Amino acid sequence: MYLKKILSASVLIISANFVFAGEDDNLLIDGEAILVRAAVQAHTPELDILRSGWTFRKDSTQEIQMDDFDNPAFVFVDQGIDFYNAVDGTAGKSCASCHSDVEKFAGLRASMPRVQNGNITTMEDLVNGCRTERMGADAWKWSSSKMTAVTALIGLQSRGMPISVKMDGSAAAHWSKGKELYYTRVGQLDMSCANCHEENYGNMIRADHLSQGQINGFPTYRLKNSKLNSIHARFKGCMKNIRATPYKEGSEEFKALELYLASRANGLSVETPSVRN
Amino acid sequence: MAKGVKPRVKVPKTASAGDIITIKTLISHKMESGQRKNKDGNKIPRSIINRFTCSFNGQNVIDVALEPAISTNPYFQFDAVVPETGEFKFIWHDDDGSVYEKVKSVSVA
Amino acid sequence: MSLTRRKLMVAGSSLLALSAISGTPLFASIVDDHINAFTGGADLASGSIMLDTPEIAENGNTVPIEVSAPGATSIMLLAAGNPVPAVATFNFGPLSGARSGSTRIRLAKSQDVIAIAKMNDGSYEMASAMVKVTIGGCGG
Repeated sequence: MYLKKILSASVLIISANFVFAGEDDNLLIDGEAILVRAAVQAHTPELDILRSGWTFRKDSTQEIQMDDFDNPAFVFVDQGIDFYNAVDGTAGKSCASCHSDVEKFAGLRASMPRVQNGNITTMEDLVNGCRTERMGADAWKWSSSKMTAVTALIGLQSRGMPISVKMDGSAAAHWSKGKELYYTRVGQLDMSCANCHEENYGNMIRADHLSQGQINGFPTYRLKNSKLNSIHARFKGCMKNIRATPYKEGSEEFKALELYLASRANGLSVETPSVRN
Repeated sequence: MAKGVKPRVKVPKTASAGDIITIKTLISHKMESGQRKNKDGNKIPRSIINRFTCSFNGQNVIDVALEPAISTNPYFQFDAVVPETGEFKFIWHDDDGSVYEKVKSVSVA
Repeated sequence: MSLTRRKLMVAGSSLLALSAISGTPLFASIVDDHINAFTGGADLASGSIMLDTPEIAENGNTVPIEVSAPGATSIMLLAAGNPVPAVATFNFGPLSGARSGSTRIRLAKSQDVIAIAKMNDGSYEMASAMVKVTIGGCGG
């Protein structure tokens, strides 16, 4: 499906490359439809429609995600399978020792992050919790290649399922904090997440096509650095771009922001591992 | 051996004699171009996969010479003729002397 | 999908073709060297080689391209504006199913991507396509 081959001779063929040509496309991965547009929910009144980051990318980038072989994230998912099965730590266990089939994690990514015992718990927290408390192993760094390989593997098990993150009850206070962070201007450029991703999605910021900043596809393989990127790593990058001092990966601020952002995608499908620019 | 290098290939498991099939290959490799500079301003030396070959039952399908302009995690898609049942052998050669291999069988009815 | 791709084949003699290559004068001579080493100075025809590239690269780090030249024994790819113009050379063996290949390349800036095919009758073909590489706005 990648390209049509035209073998005519001496004909100058020029097709216009409409910058926004990808907007109306639908995402099919190896034939399976993944929802990249959804109706807005009560808590995102400023948006007209929920759109996955996939819909903002050029055709050539979109195509890379439409095939699980073309998608380079999968070589790292394969490494994630190796890590999942590898014994690590003083307890002599692997992830598989307790969790057996990774397919059993279907549904987990769709509801993450969640609040446990009053604290926001992300996928990275779950992995490191197991490693340090049950495997006798060292914690992995938040955005390391090992961590992103495993969170991509686990996230993949929920691919296609609707995001459904809890915002009320024990999550309410954290969610409100995340929302406040989303709308607070910071940095030398004095901008908030909302300035770009809510007020200007669809517009160009220099040469980038602004998305809604949804995180339903993370960890994502970025063409820019040819590797899987975690949610907090991406937050850090954005904050640096507006010349703010970024919060730390794994910090309470980034976790609250992750919770709020995840809820903005409620209704969209999990797309992990996605391909972005 | 460079760290974390993992090859991946996509080959159909069956074919009819004489079929032309599409093969996709990917290998996780940094492909350090030799252009990047480290914190001290010194160029990080080049370290790439410099050659990729695919052969079937010993006969060459494709032989690619790679230069630093091939992206990180080199990807190739190409077509091959499958004359009979046999084995595709994929080999990647690293600047550091390492050789990575992957083998895939195809059975012809 | 074909609407969003631009396929460009440059018609003309080798002289015209060489002069159409963009890039700084320094790089242009290196590109010439690569071409001459590959062709031995032979004329470059066109029309039997197709080079498919995006018009604007989403990111210069990973640009998907495809090249196809039925009847070729090998195809050399060059990036005229890169610090090192050589990109790759595809050599087709007896079990090659089609004289084509797809890959992903790095482009340092907006430039011409050039493909030269050595045909099995000893002749040479050339195609070139301009790819725009932008500096992103806010990429994180």
